[in-house]
Amino acid sequence: MKKTISVSNKGATLDTGRRNFLKLGGLGIAMAGLALVGCSDNEFDYQYMDPANKFDLGTGDVGVLNYAYALEQLEADFYTKVVNNFYSGISDAEKTLFTDLYHHEVIHRDFFKAAISGVTTNVLPTLEFQYPNVNFSNRASVLATAKALEDTGVAAYNGAGKYITNPDYLVIAGKIVSVEARHASAIRNLINPGSADFSGDDVINATGLDVAKEPTEIVSVAGGYIKTPFTWKERGIS
Amino acid sequence: MNILKLLDKLSNDKFFTTESSRLETLTNISSIGKNAAVAAVPLGLGTLMATSAKAETTTTSGTYFKTPLTDALQLALTLEYLEDEYYAKGLGTAGLIPSADKVVFMQISKHETAHVAFLKSTLTSLGVTPGAKPTFDFTVGGNFAPFTDYNQFLILAQAFEDTGVRAYKGQAGNVMSNKAVLQAALQIHSVEARHASQVRRMRANKGWIELADGGNMPAATNAVYAGEGNTNQAGFNTANAFGAAAGSAAYDEVLSGSDATAIASLFIV
Repeated sequence: MKKTISVSNKGATLDTGRRNFLKLGGLGIAMAGLALVGCSDNEFDYQYMDPANKFDLGTGDVGVLNYAYALEQLEADFYTKVVNNFYSGISDAEKTLFTDLYHHEVIHRDFFKAAISGVTTNVLPTLEFQYPNVNFSNRASVLATAKALEDTGVAAYNGAGKYITNPDYLVIAGKIVSVEARHASAIRNLINPGSADFSGDDVINATGLDVAKEPTEIVSVAGGYIKTPFTWKERGIS
Repeated sequence: MNILKLLDKLSNDKFFTTESSRLETLTNISSIGKNAAVAAVPLGLGTLMATSAKAETTTTSGTYFKTPLTDALQLALTLEYLEDEYYAKGLGTAGLIPSADKVVFMQISKHETAHVAFLKSTLTSLGVTPGAKPTFDFTVGGNFAPFTDYNQFLILAQAFEDTGVRAYKGQAGNVMSNKAVLQAALQIHSVEARHASQVRRMRANKGWIELADGGNMPAATNAVYAGEGNTNQAGFNTANAFGAAAGSAAYDEVLSGSDATAIASLFIV
């Protein structure tokens, strides 16, 4: 994968605009953006390509943003497939619910693409996915996968928040993760209506805390769905 | 602790990463946490100096380590006290909650009780005395009847949960100096969101908030939903792809500490 960096040759006007796009207060991010803009082609290639030609999510907040972008790409891709081929016997209420989830995840995905593009050219490419064990025409299979993806999303954001240094990004992640948790609750209630499963003991511990997982754990769970390999060396994913 | 000893310790920037974080699960304070803790010292010092002028030998009381971090946790504790007592009262009121719904509220109640205990121990570990439980009036002077009217019980439950989600989010910047506390706050935050989603469905609403519309809620709860219609996230128009309802629902908004306090105060005598 050869990624052009011609954007950095377009001068300060564009880059300033891109940073303004995010209205970031974070000096760290602005500095990271400047550092990348200042890189020569070779240096830049070195920064995001590893010898095996895999994309690296990057360092600092950019790495976390690309990580979130990868997960949102996965969720958006999954729900796109769900709404393009609703499982047999789906109710109107469930159609509405899955259409909402599809909308939200596509919005999250496109937000991250725009946000990351605003601060760096090290933007995760569009990933390819696979669902070897999912039967999209089967309700139970779709619900089980949706539950896994939403719970994983919650655990991923909960575990990655501490790696974010820019408070603006942290708030954005917070705005998204609670919606993922609302989704998880909804899917869980579809699977077992009226039960305690919406925030079940399998995900909420005795201290009343939801799951938080490190990126390495998340990638080992979600990785089965992701065909396009990537690394996140800063967080031990290679 | 002797004041002079305390001042001496405060001048040592390792202090906040060692003795003040006694709770074992909360010792993971990063370098950014150190800096933020040190930055907070002048405020704490002001308190110390004012106190020491009056009584130099005063032993350490619960407020010496007060910081934006612990203020955020105190606010969270107030909200959790409120939720905890609310569900305990609801579950304890015979004939209020239909038996089919009890399993949901028992689960929520269990979590709120756990959150109260967790926040109290966290505050204690940070050297601050947890605030005492306020006296609540869930009728707001007789304007609500949540313990005789199940519909009203559900309305207030939804308002409390949706408020909780927003209030925790609003404190993110204040707790991020301590990574362990931040992660725990996020872990509580998503539990509140799971609760909110469920309670909303029990009122025939979607689990997420479209526009600034709570969903068949009385005007008295408007403050809970003010601003939820936002479709501009860091300059990105979230309404472009699928309209404002989806765009706003895809993101929960923050609630400032003062707004969250104002909402909670309605129910505090």
